[in-house]
Amino acid sequence: MSESPTTAIDIAAAVRDGRVTAAEVVETHLAAIDAREAELHACNAVLADEARAAAGRGDAARAAGATLGPLAGVPVALKDNMCTRGIPTTCSSKILEGWRPPYDATVVTKLQEAGAIVIAKTNLDEFAMGSSTENSAFGPTKNPHDVTKVPGGSSGGSAVAVAAGFAPISLGSDTGGSIRQPAALCGVVGLKPTYGTVSRYGLIAFASSLDQIGPFGATIADAAATYNVIAGHDPRDSTSYAGAMATIGAAELAGDVSGMRVGIISELVGAEGIADDVKRRFTEAADALSAAGAKVEETSVPACVYGLSAYYLIAPAEASSNLARYDGVRYGLRIEADNITDMYTQTRTAGFGPEVKRRIMLGTYALSAGYYDAYYGKALKVRSLIARDFAAAYEKFDVLLSPTAPTTAFGFGAKTDNPLAMYLSDVCTIPSNLCGDPAISVPFGTGDDGLPVGVQVLAPALGEPALFRAAAALEGSAP
Amino acid sequence: MAKRLTREEVAHVALLARLEVTDDELDMFTGQLADILEHANDVEALDVSGVEAMAHPMQLRNVFRTDVIVPALDRDEVLSQAPSAEDRRFRVPRILGEAP
Repeated sequence: MSESPTTAIDIAAAVRDGRVTAAEVVETHLAAIDAREAELHACNAVLADEARAAAGRGDAARAAGATLGPLAGVPVALKDNMCTRGIPTTCSSKILEGWRPPYDATVVTKLQEAGAIVIAKTNLDEFAMGSSTENSAFGPTKNPHDVTKVPGGSSGGSAVAVAAGFAPISLGSDTGGSIRQPAALCGVVGLKPTYGTVSRYGLIAFASSLDQIGPFGATIADAAATYNVIAGHDPRDSTSYAGAMATIGAAELAGDVSGMRVGIISELVGAEGIADDVKRRFTEAADALSAAGAKVEETSVPACVYGLSAYYLIAPAEASSNLARYDGVRYGLRIEADNITDMYTQTRTAGFGPEVKRRIMLGTYALSAGYYDAYYGKALKVRSLIARDFAAAYEKFDVLLSPTAPTTAFGFGAKTDNPLAMYLSDVCTIPSNLCGDPAISVPFGTGDDGLPVGVQVLAPALGEPALFRAAAALEGSAP
Repeated sequence: MAKRLTREEVAHVALLARLEVTDDELDMFTGQLADILEHANDVEALDVSGVEAMAHPMQLRNVFRTDVIVPALDRDEVLSQAPSAEDRRFRVPRILGEAP
């Protein structure tokens, strides 16, 4: 064997052909983790024994003549808010520390059936609430391109796992940009699929109408291969989409955009806080699509400027309801007390970190008597306006384009004292979650500081084929 | 424009959410939550009369299944993860206010 394969697709092909064993692939990646994990802290747990055992089973199956799956022997890192049976799943929260779920998330089962090997559970902002991974109860994750900078968040550990070569692919969850923003800051591909196309069964809930699982990869093709495996209807998730879903294949990955109508969202490019170097790369990306034959023009999606306001009422409202279940009764932490109310209060006070408490209180307030109509009710109507404006834009365009994040990776502590400043890093990513539409971040060169910049492609619900077509074109023309 | 959030309102919300906050935390959370809510006031001027509320991105209807028994989670495995269990049930502290 001349060179070890590095992408998921090449690894799976090499394992199927017998050019490399799954055991060898796992050892290569465990060595990569060993070399940099102490410095980066991408992982809450490295599952070396479990990964070696799974590789052994895969290699034995091949020797016995079994047909191997599309991700045979491919290591995958999972955000630690996805349930893995018998393996601690923490949400990077003290309230779930040590909890071993009694079941696997559907995405875990699907990956394993496709031959993938879970190699690590990755760090996140506690309960996926944050944009820097600084809100983890177990300490922050570092950006592999500059360890004095954050990796983004909340799926920071999963983005770093791919950027640092710990695994060729990983899964994150995206409620307001938690896959796409860290993907941009770490220089990898990150996809938030159409709401409902990937089962949320076993994904620990943050905001149920916004949460979506999706893949990270070093390449568009790896993100597509992973999406193909995890997408599909699941009777165990009642919000799972039951209609036909596209499989992404060679036609999309060829990146032919001739004649494609691409709209630049002027409100997001012109949003407050978008850095000049990010804007320059964005313009280059739009020009590249134009040069490849796409019809690129600026367009307006007026209501999308209200996305942040609507999101920071809707998501905390849903979170305050979802996180009511952490009461010290069925799982996780319990602080003993004389009566049940004190036990609830002391358990939650000790178990949740400040950002989680902030959002629970914000959501409780937005839902409380006298404020429901003014805040939550109004936010839901604004959400309709945003969806309506996007639908109107998609009458004229196949895909839309914006920067993914306003800046390149920022320093530790830069935004921790000002939650609103932190929330503004999601200004470009939030609208897709409110609408349930797919969006992807594609690496496109670097900023003035030499750190990665991402460009976001957005498409209407179930528009993954056009999304991948444009993303592949961007990948092919990235500096 | 709505009036600025008060310390008393935050204390009440913390109680509803079963969270205990110190005086210092109350000061911090009050300022931060008031800033966030003030930012959200930009939607105040929007005319949303006649606009339907959108609680979810999909047109959801009730999802039914046939009433057939299927395997559920393993009871012992579930209870093994509980902070306290007894007689195959979750155990909780005293609920009523009688003397112990």
